Amino acid sequence: MPNPSLPRQTGTRQSPQERVKNFNEVAQGLDKEHALEEASRCLNCKNPRCQAACPVNVQIPSFIQLLLKDDVKGAVSKIMETSLLPAVCGRVCPQEKYCEGACVLREKFGSVAVGLLERYTADAARKQGLVTPPTPAKATGFKVACVGSGPSSLACAAELKRRGHDVTVYEALHDFGGVLRYGIPSFRLPREIISEEVKTVKAMGVKFEQDVLIGAVISIEELLKDFDAVYIGSGAGLPTMAGVPGENAVGVYSANEFLTRINLVKAYEFPKADTPVKLGKRVIVLGGGNSAMDAARCARRLNPESVTVVYRRSRAEMPAREEEVENAMEEGVKFEFLTIQKEILTNEQGHVIGLKCLKAELGEPDAKGRRRPVPVEGSDFVIEADSIIVAIGQKPNPIIPKNTPGLKMTDRGTLELEADGQSSIKGVFGGGDITRGGATVLLAMKDGLEAAAKISQYLSDKEPKGGK
Amino acid sequence: MEKYTIVNKRNISDTICEFEIYQPLIASKAKAGQFIILRGEELGERIPVTLVDWDAKKGTIKAIIQAIGKSTLMFNNLKQGDRFLTVAGPLGTALEIKKYGTVAVVGGGVGIAEILPIAKAFKEAGNRIVSILGARTKDLLILEEEMKAVSDVTVVATDDGSYGQKGLVTDALKTLHDAGEKIDAGFIIGPIPMMKFTAKLMKELGIKPFASLNPIMLDGTGMCGCCRVIVDGETKFACVDGPMFEASNIDFDNLMKRTSEYKPEEKQSLELYERDHKCKIGLH
Repeated sequence: MPNPSLPRQTGTRQSPQERVKNFNEVAQGLDKEHALEEASRCLNCKNPRCQAACPVNVQIPSFIQLLLKDDVKGAVSKIMETSLLPAVCGRVCPQEKYCEGACVLREKFGSVAVGLLERYTADAARKQGLVTPPTPAKATGFKVACVGSGPSSLACAAELKRRGHDVTVYEALHDFGGVLRYGIPSFRLPREIISEEVKTVKAMGVKFEQDVLIGAVISIEELLKDFDAVYIGSGAGLPTMAGVPGENAVGVYSANEFLTRINLVKAYEFPKADTPVKLGKRVIVLGGGNSAMDAARCARRLNPESVTVVYRRSRAEMPAREEEVENAMEEGVKFEFLTIQKEILTNEQGHVIGLKCLKAELGEPDAKGRRRPVPVEGSDFVIEADSIIVAIGQKPNPIIPKNTPGLKMTDRGTLELEADGQSSIKGVFGGGDITRGGATVLLAMKDGLEAAAKISQYLSDKEPKGGK
Repeated sequence: MEKYTIVNKRNISDTICEFEIYQPLIASKAKAGQFIILRGEELGERIPVTLVDWDAKKGTIKAIIQAIGKSTLMFNNLKQGDRFLTVAGPLGTALEIKKYGTVAVVGGGVGIAEILPIAKAFKEAGNRIVSILGARTKDLLILEEEMKAVSDVTVVATDDGSYGQKGLVTDALKTLHDAGEKIDAGFIIGPIPMMKFTAKLMKELGIKPFASLNPIMLDGTGMCGCCRVIVDGETKFACVDGPMFEASNIDFDNLMKRTSEYKPEEKQSLELYERDHKCKIGLH
């Protein structure tokens, strides 16, 4: 019998004092005993609201029931029927917005900890060698190229392969995973986990090409000569700079640069790793989203005297996950809310010495319903700083749009899609941040999965270019 | 052959090596003014290097590397048959090659290697080529013969006067101009101060200057913004918008400051590497 009144498991975590000294994973997950206990809380609802709320339709009660029978292999296979990256999702999905937010137990007992259970299932299965990549359908003869190897492209590639297509993933960097690799720090998502998930997709027979910048080196038009369809999942890799005087001073990083140094090329291990990263004593992080929290928490681990997040609205309007804000606060990151950057101040060497700011008040809501920050006249003040990390947002990667005549983009620079999933160019599809302009891993995966179905639909009445 | 393999290596000077690398994709796509990113080992840096030559038939490309830090020294210790871990590209915007009339190509130090393909391309487009090659001293001058072969006029300037004219490339340019050489456009590659003052002089002499900028880069694909430079008052990313820019109004001082940011770390890294790679039996 389900036992919903048992305390909701939270898993063990590194203490804030300990974790600021390393880049190891903060949340340690559940052991078997606690995982089974948590699984026993699930009511196995007939109409599971959790599953309906999941962007990638993970069959949540079913996998939990299999887990309860200690059938880890069955449980992981059940998850992988709809989501091929369970170890990633179990870690970076904002479950409180989806499955756990919809759980019937939420009000009375606390939601079933679906995220922790998914993670336990994925990790236990991997440790025991029970992850079996799905067997692809009979080869269709169609070739599809997926551009980028972030969550949307990976999900799309795996799903296309499952449907029997011949898939090649193109990545511009030297390692796969896209934003998972360069953006999300190892203390939230260990590098091995990304590599393992990529390995699963490879094991299905998807081909991976690194070091190829599609749009610059090979055009979409050229891809279409070899491939029957193309999926553009090139992400939101264009950083927004500070937009104030001094944005190019020495000591000013974009969040992309700072995080790439840390996450992709492990600069925190310098000089063992060859790429350095340098922060002064007092660090400011501009912005209130997840990238800002990631940057602030990475900065904290490099042990400066202070790390201060400067955000123009109040805590309630922060786009970052609540959990990430709390993590940052626990780790000693300071926050200056209702503060707008005005100018980056520099010394004679061109190095950052501070940030001139204005105080703000909340005004009328904007189009998204968030209250707008209104600067308070004459409230200028200076926060002294030696390094500034600008994490105020990313824009869609412009490389493909710029180099693809006839590819229709919106005013916001995102890729425009028709109802059938195609862009303005026949056979070219897209999804993830290139169409959303900066969303979550899960929505990117959802786009990839849906696009795979649409691509299959598109191909269904065609003949493969390379012949059957 | 496996891609990224070094098919040939030649020493141009004590610290400068030329690599011929098997990378058919780049060899079939490269254009003058573009660059590649090299990486030598798992935790190695991504180093941007100018493409100096390419052969689509053989599937090979050439790059010239001056050992100035740990990564470049490690590259230059690689041998024929070894492989790079990353050879990505061609990256950056290709140069617009057209007929200007007379084109000056100005190379300083290892920049001579980088200006060579540009000189060739402009020569093929029917331009008269005036080459000005600068080096601190005679021993550091590279590729003089190759440059002469594509140039109508070649002038060498050394800081110490050990070869060619004594003085800087700007002195040589001024002398040419005063002697009545009419130049329509100038392409400059070399150390930042040299590019700054050459661009300034060209502007004064009515020559349209272009300079290839070398800020610190990380991904080289427009993603990180590390390589931003200020051109005509606007922030540009050298890796995708450049690396060659019209140089009448480049903030070279900002570039100089930003490229100096990691000097101490570069020094530390190099010292550690040299310490660990000293010959153990005392021959060095």
